[in-house]
Amino acid sequence: MAKKQKEAFFTPIGIDTGQNGEIEKSVKLPEATKKTHKQLGLSDDDVVNMFEQMYLQRRFEERAMQMYQKGKFGGFLHLYIGQEAVSTGTVFAINDDDDIITAYRDHGWGLVRGVTAKEGMAELYGKATGCSKGKGGSMHFAKVENHFWGGYGIVGGHIPIGGGLAFANKYQQNNRIATCFLGDGAVDQGALHETLNMSQLWSLPCIYVVENNGYSMGTSTRRHTVGEIHERSKGYGMKSALFNGMDVFTVYENMKKIAEEVRKDSMPWFVEIRTYRYRGHSMSDPQKYRTKEELEEYQKTDPIQRLKTYLIDKKVTDKKNLEEIENRVEEQVLEAIDFAEESPFPEDEALFEDMYADEPFFHDKK
Amino acid sequence: MAVLQFREAIREAIDEEMDRDESVFIMGEEVAEYNGAYKVTEGLLDKYGFKRVIDTPISELGFAGIGVGAAMNGLRPIVEFMTFNFAVLAADQIINHASKARYMLGGQLDVPIVFRGPNASAGQLGATHSVAYDSMYAQFPGMSVIYPSEPDDAKGLLKSAIRNNDTVLFMESEQMYGLKGEVSEEEDYIIPIGKAKIKREGDDVTIVASGKMYHIAKQAAEQLAKDGVEAEIIDPRTIKPFDIETVIKSVKKTNRCIVVDESHPFGGMAAEVGFLIQRDAFDYLDAPVRRVTLPDVSAPFSKPLFDLWMPNAKDIIQAVNAVTYRS
Repeated sequence: MAKKQKEAFFTPIGIDTGQNGEIEKSVKLPEATKKTHKQLGLSDDDVVNMFEQMYLQRRFEERAMQMYQKGKFGGFLHLYIGQEAVSTGTVFAINDDDDIITAYRDHGWGLVRGVTAKEGMAELYGKATGCSKGKGGSMHFAKVENHFWGGYGIVGGHIPIGGGLAFANKYQQNNRIATCFLGDGAVDQGALHETLNMSQLWSLPCIYVVENNGYSMGTSTRRHTVGEIHERSKGYGMKSALFNGMDVFTVYENMKKIAEEVRKDSMPWFVEIRTYRYRGHSMSDPQKYRTKEELEEYQKTDPIQRLKTYLIDKKVTDKKNLEEIENRVEEQVLEAIDFAEESPFPEDEALFEDMYADEPFFHDKK
Repeated sequence: MAVLQFREAIREAIDEEMDRDESVFIMGEEVAEYNGAYKVTEGLLDKYGFKRVIDTPISELGFAGIGVGAAMNGLRPIVEFMTFNFAVLAADQIINHASKARYMLGGQLDVPIVFRGPNASAGQLGATHSVAYDSMYAQFPGMSVIYPSEPDDAKGLLKSAIRNNDTVLFMESEQMYGLKGEVSEEEDYIIPIGKAKIKREGDDVTIVASGKMYHIAKQAAEQLAKDGVEAEIIDPRTIKPFDIETVIKSVKKTNRCIVVDESHPFGGMAAEVGFLIQRDAFDYLDAPVRRVTLPDVSAPFSKPLFDLWMPNAKDIIQAVNAVTYRS
């Protein structure tokens, strides 16, 4: 009698495996820093400002989601909600003329690097007043004059470009460093490995940061990649770090230390920041790949709520002031929606604008 | 006029541009210590040093992307591919990033980069080392595609390419690097991108051919002249933007046209030029436009099969005979 063969499996399967009644988390958060803002060299104003920046990113996206659901604009909408401590902690830690490039989950990065709520919302609406003149949409926010080089839509495609920004900084000896943010899904792209190798070989002043939010679209980290992500750079002899991305102080503390070191010795770093995205990959995501309990577990560690509690507990500010900030942000976002709705769409001529820096040419254009 | 090899003309262009602009640098496989896989960059490392002449690992996707980022951030990279057949690995950077970043960010940045290297077949190298990519890249907006045939064109056009503020693909041929030709000694010799050149005048038939194909067209024209058929050869030099006006003007004179294209037939330069001629010069045509291209099959290794595969002067003569109703 032929022995029954075991079925051939490839991917580790199922969201239930190994649960034992416990909540299976897709990312395990390292401990947050115990230091106070004063110990980190941040002023009271700084941390209140951090709160405002994070709250703006949150409310901007919550409102954008509503507008999307109302059918006010089309395209993709990948929300950053839950990850705001990463963008905010980083931008406070690095210099204003250091370079930032990221993937398509880019609204938070844009807002914290000078894309105004109005310019951002108008871009989502595809209006001429958007930060990229309505040519890019949700995935291509940018503010190049503020050294935010944009969001890019091909997973992993912008990683070597981040290396190139750093290359040019080193070439021009301008004392700027580059930071390149990618999702955990991009870790599996060959572009990352080619770039890490060349960055170490050529001493490029760049920090490559994986925002590990637990899911590569709908595939959890343990189902799409092997080993520990932050250990990937060991094969290239590159310095690495792993830290908590749900606490803005932890992000600030680590990114500041790393940025200072990169500026000094021009050697790259590979960093894994563990965070969590509350919403689906995009708006069409039914989120069948994770449990409600897991999501709720992470929402308990919400970075904005955490900072708010800290500000009140440490008496950095009072509830009334925070409420005023929240109201101000809410107002700002609502004004941005009005602005986007009232703004004109690009003129027809705009279709052929911005393709070329030099004399434009269009084959067979009548 | 100085007589230079094709590789020397390219080297002069790179050297002159590196000399006049600090932000120009060259990177690629074997460009520095090895002095270039085809000796194009010979001597540049000695002159400019390791900062500006950079050996890369065999990571086409990675170093093309580093070039794109460097171009955005103030430099003017010349990225050499050992062949455009290997640049397929970098196609994401060329097609999705270099040519699109400016538009999708609403004109906030420029990508002044030159990707260059040999294109198409270099003899019996098998299926993966033999493809012409000029037509494929010309499909995409946002970049120029140059495929010159002679050292003079190569020098003037490469200097233009390096100074261009957008993405330029500059294609050469392993088999033409040793080709000698007269090159202008004019100081700062520039040929504008997008201008065709009539390289042989004739009244009987127009032959459009660029790159390596120009040389077989020239052979065919010499042969045809012995039979009293005078071909006009137009070398577009630039595939994108394509100078169709020069071709149309010639066709209105000769009333017949052959397009020679080193690409496969589907949707290539030959197909596009043929379409434009039928639309814009229909009433002037005394015969349907014909094309000479590779067949729709990958490159074989075996010599007899390879010879059958590669367009040659005989194929062009046959096409000319067909449109002049002499066959």
